Amino acid sequence: MTNVRPTSFFEATARGRVAKLVDAGSFREFCPPRLRRTSPHLARLNAPVAFDDGVAVGSATLEGYKILIAAQEGKFNGGAVGEVHGAKLVGLLDRGIRERPAAVLLLVDSGGVRLHEANAGLIAISEIMRGVLRTQAAGVPVFALVGGACGAFGGMGIVTRLCNEIIMSEEGRLGLSGPEVIETVKGVEEFDSRDRPLVWRVTGGKVRRALGEATYLVDDDIDSFRSVTAELLCRYGAKPLAVADIDEVTAEHARLAERAGRFATARDGREIFQASGFVDLDEVSLLPVAKFNQQLLEYI
Amino acid sequence: MEHFTLSYTTTPRLQEGHLPRLCGVVASGNLEVLVEPLDAADLCLIEVNTSAPGFRVIWEALLSDFVERNQVGGVQISINDAGATPAVVGLRLDQALDAYRSGL
Amino acid sequence: MNINGLLDRLFGPGGHSINIGDNFLHGSAVMGDRQVAVIGTHEHAAIDTALALEVSASILRVIRDDLGRGCSPRPVIFMVDTQGQALSRHEELLCLNGYFAHVAQCVDLARRNGHRTISLIHGEAVSGGFLAFGLMADRVCALPEAQVRVMDLKAMSRITKIPYDRLVDLSADSPVFAPGAENYWRMGAVHEIWSAEADWRSCLGAALEIADAGDKRALLGLERGGRLHAAPIAQLVASA
Repeated sequence: MTNVRPTSFFEATARGRVAKLVDAGSFREFCPPRLRRTSPHLARLNAPVAFDDGVAVGSATLEGYKILIAAQEGKFNGGAVGEVHGAKLVGLLDRGIRERPAAVLLLVDSGGVRLHEANAGLIAISEIMRGVLRTQAAGVPVFALVGGACGAFGGMGIVTRLCNEIIMSEEGRLGLSGPEVIETVKGVEEFDSRDRPLVWRVTGGKVRRALGEATYLVDDDIDSFRSVTAELLCRYGAKPLAVADIDEVTAEHARLAERAGRFATARDGREIFQASGFVDLDEVSLLPVAKFNQQLLEYI
Repeated sequence: MEHFTLSYTTTPRLQEGHLPRLCGVVASGNLEVLVEPLDAADLCLIEVNTSAPGFRVIWEALLSDFVERNQVGGVQISINDAGATPAVVGLRLDQALDAYRSGL
Repeated sequence: MNINGLLDRLFGPGGHSINIGDNFLHGSAVMGDRQVAVIGTHEHAAIDTALALEVSASILRVIRDDLGRGCSPRPVIFMVDTQGQALSRHEELLCLNGYFAHVAQCVDLARRNGHRTISLIHGEAVSGGFLAFGLMADRVCALPEAQVRVMDLKAMSRITKIPYDRLVDLSADSPVFAPGAENYWRMGAVHEIWSAEADWRSCLGAALEIADAGDKRALLGLERGGRLHAAPIAQLVASA
């Protein structure tokens, strides 16, 4: 049964997203807050800690499918990855290899490495990357759900792109370097980080969907994320996950090379929308998600 | 950061078998509250970790008021605070205790 | 030491046939009785989509060639010298993180196809640029002059608002955030740091012998005392 009033994925906390995404009451948390595995590095820098170090990981069911799930709390240190936080994600992926759930869901809401423990964060992200690849090699798909305020940036932007499917809302963003960093180093002409429509035209859900980086674009509503995830679980459940072989990776390479060539001078999502077949470019950012998706399909 | 623990003697707890519950987020102006069972049935322990030092007196007033108004025997409360106002602290405590009691 | 000098020292003059571009290099070399592939960057390359595509294309070529010849998969030596990701609106629009993920996938494909992979940090290894391929190898080695970091302390101080002097003080006792190959060694991400006087040819040979396809970096960080929590917590979550 769907909720009558939609619940914003963007506004919800990480735990709130999990609670409404999975089958009611099915979430069982690993390394829960009561174990108090907080970050000693934050404490040393006199910064506040969180009992779950900013990420909740556990098992659950979704439409009856067994899943493992991780949700990053974007409001805690920008969802950034530190030693403990990162280790929880690595452990979850390892568990996926043993338990073979229908999928591992990563609710990514993160700017990347947590500077307070920069080296630990970078190494952890590398371990998460290898973890995603190992889990996929074991036949378990990994899906990324991106719709929070931090989006998926830095190393978590790379992790997200390793996933088999990326479900994004229009509010979500996916990229590598944040606009503020680019503006600081390269100047406001290169990227005006305060031009919000521009920021979304470069890294937001709609442009990512048009490029094919995001595989699904949904409304900012936990139920919408849930429906699409359920569809994917059903589809992936119907046949075993093919491990990426040389032919598949070569095909991906060709796609990436073709895109880089086609958009060799592009600097604004408007150019992507135009190439995708949208005619009224000013209207695209105002289109409701369903209309956007429908028109995108028509043009392909 | 400032850390302190307050201890209150209360009427003995009415119910057993509660599970730990967490409410809130450690973000600027916000806090998280963890509520767990405590062995001693007539005791309430409250541990405060706050990034806004110097307000202990206010915390003590707020928390003793909270303990008086609620059945918190056999309960341990742990707080990670990042500069929340007393109003937000009160709200979070109520939410956390509610969640703890109702098991949701 | 310039790149040619380095290659001579690693493989002997005449022991390598490597195409050296402005910031990308690729080719092959001989170690003892076997061929190795050499792929990498120099001149502190900023990695953009073009460079990421060059690196991944080279890796795929090595895998295909060896599959085609039906021979034992050649080890791949990644030469790492990068200042990190290219900072550009255009690169972000193209979704540079996707290109980095693709490079990582190619390194992993090489590993799954039986190629041993070694990274040799001969200049800088920074942030996203390091994540893309350097940190993906089976074993990471660093030359004495290697500079490994996420961000320099001054920038870190500006962003975290923690005074620079405090960061300097704290980094004396903990390897967790300050730049330095030694810190990464202690935390288990750099497996070996070579000394200036060592025989780098034998170091490389030895590294190839012991390189391991499994990711044991968290355990290594625990053993070396630089990362005390990663391994136990991952273990806890994996088997709770």
